[in-house]
Amino acid sequence: MLKENSMEILRKFRDRKLIQAVSKSIEKIAKKLDYVRIMHVCGTHEHTITFFGLRSLLPDNVELIAGPGCPVCIVPAREVDEAIEIVFSGIRVYTYGDMYRVPGTKMSLADARSEGADVKVVYGFNDAIRLHMKDRKKSVFFAVGFETTAPTLAAFISRRLIPDDLMILPSFRLTVPIMKYILSSFDINIDGIICPGHVSTIVGASAWSFIPRISGIPAVVAGFEPLDVMLAVFSILKMILEGKPRLVNEYSRAVSWRGNITAKRYVREVFYRADGEWRGIGRVKRSRLLLRKRFKHLDARSRLSVSVDTGPEFKPGCRCADIILGKAKPTDCPLFMRACTPDRPQGPCMVSSEGTCSIWAKYGGYERIQWHYD
Amino acid sequence: MKIGRIDKGIGVFELDDGSTIPMGEMHVVISTDSYTVHPLFFPGGDIGKLAAVGSINDVVVMGAKPVAMLDAIVVEEGFPMKSLETIMNSMLRVLTEEGVALLGGDVKVMPRGGVDGVVITTTCIGVTDKVITDSGLVPGDSIVISGTIAEHGATIMALQAGLEVEGELKSDCEPLTKVIEIAKSIGEIHAAKDITRGGLASSLNELAEKSNVTILVDEDKIPISENVRVYCEMLGIDPLVLASEGRALIGIPSSRAEELVRELRKAGYRQATIIGRVVDRSRYNVLLETVAGGRRILEKPLGEIVPRIC
Repeated sequence: MLKENSMEILRKFRDRKLIQAVSKSIEKIAKKLDYVRIMHVCGTHEHTITFFGLRSLLPDNVELIAGPGCPVCIVPAREVDEAIEIVFSGIRVYTYGDMYRVPGTKMSLADARSEGADVKVVYGFNDAIRLHMKDRKKSVFFAVGFETTAPTLAAFISRRLIPDDLMILPSFRLTVPIMKYILSSFDINIDGIICPGHVSTIVGASAWSFIPRISGIPAVVAGFEPLDVMLAVFSILKMILEGKPRLVNEYSRAVSWRGNITAKRYVREVFYRADGEWRGIGRVKRSRLLLRKRFKHLDARSRLSVSVDTGPEFKPGCRCADIILGKAKPTDCPLFMRACTPDRPQGPCMVSSEGTCSIWAKYGGYERIQWHYD
Repeated sequence: MKIGRIDKGIGVFELDDGSTIPMGEMHVVISTDSYTVHPLFFPGGDIGKLAAVGSINDVVVMGAKPVAMLDAIVVEEGFPMKSLETIMNSMLRVLTEEGVALLGGDVKVMPRGGVDGVVITTTCIGVTDKVITDSGLVPGDSIVISGTIAEHGATIMALQAGLEVEGELKSDCEPLTKVIEIAKSIGEIHAAKDITRGGLASSLNELAEKSNVTILVDEDKIPISENVRVYCEMLGIDPLVLASEGRALIGIPSSRAEELVRELRKAGYRQATIIGRVVDRSRYNVLLETVAGGRRILEKPLGEIVPRIC
């Protein structure tokens, strides 16, 4: 079994002494720099940063900002409404546990289920197929996710493995276009980017080469252990200091330059890119995957003629929109840990386990801890 | 006498592991709990053992010697008699070993679907001359843990996820009688608590909050078995929020803590160790120095425990 081996690797990437040494090096470089804002765009990176308390290991002038890294948080309310309309028309809807609780304009799929609608939570598309084969009920798979999730579904579709009467409601979004969007926004100042490791295993490190080239800031593809993130920060600061922004692949143990060619081929074969709405952000060019014409027979939107009205994306007071874009921290939101908690979430960032608010709430990411006990 | 408390005893408002009835120099300690677990049988025990051990431990961590138990069992119609017998026997085995008398009980059958297999409620009664609470920590105390955490929770989660755990994971379900006996023999226990639902994170938060102190914990010192680590890593779950069913946290002055650890290890609790210390109350209940050396607040577990997907 490979487990001894993999735990050994994990241990090295969590080694306190090594991490503290990197922290010292970061401090040294940071002394020579102004305020540095580094953004990551992955819920799992935020998890690593908060869970391991990494912000407390960084100097005051280095800030780690969570960008749009939660594929559930950014699904527009109207697409949740579509799934809800479908399920209330008597068709079963399969979805992931995180998506299940995200509110649309009026309610979530979880609310719909408590009103008697047939919603089933699955871990992956293969679970949906398994349940479908067993129950043989007309159903829809509510497909959300980034570049990482789309290939599995695409492979099933490409190989004609989708059973009759199982339709797809695609709500995929792409992280490369949103990164372009963020970097071209005038009101978000970022000095460096930590690129998402999981997404990069699919799209390849090369997908991010536009960051130093066009925006002139350093970018590092990073893994998900604390040492990975600390090395990424170190590497970004070093490039800033030297004035030589480049793309660095820190996560070379998993990410290649070109990515997963097979996965990309499946996605290209099955989906095309369209402009897409992002919750709290608005329309982002070529950021959405929709089913190609020859797979239209699987598309729940065209087969079921779903139509929903638009409505409010967020509850009054909720600052998820700013939090998703990294313009605000969860602690800047008046609802955070008051009206909005993991047990009673009000906005998508608290609902999803990948959401910044949920991660901060569960793992005490509120602030840099003042530790004066040594 | 007012509702919720007898004289100066511990009652419903303290939300301690059990309640006490003062009887002159002595105290009767009493605790009740309902037990449901899915699956009913798991490596290291079954719902019967769990029901006996759980209530015994609640009484034991309050410093009492458990003497008697009552039980109430609700069984789903059609539940195999043989399985019920096995469950009853595991319960009785614990009681025999612990010298606890089963004074009475009740069995009810509910229609199919009315209950998931078996639900057991147990009430344990103990006696002591000195009650230990979960609110007596003072700055300068150390926090001692009696063994590896999350064994029970990881076993159950892995089974629920459909993983094979035989030979790899095993519930830590066992009475804490001996642990507390050893601690009492060393003396000066300021607080004790058994780690159950919500795991170490929840128990530490409760201890700190009720004692009005802050606890500093070094994550590197928390004993976790290699197999539990691997499963938690695989399932994307934090072992600090997973349940134990046979582990105690003991708050004792730092000057005595090493001695307690030594005695516990001598008695076979080889993983017993000091995981943290108590300081003056700050804004937080529990502060954690993480394995990576970073620092964060250790929150009470919030929301459901959901495996991380990516």
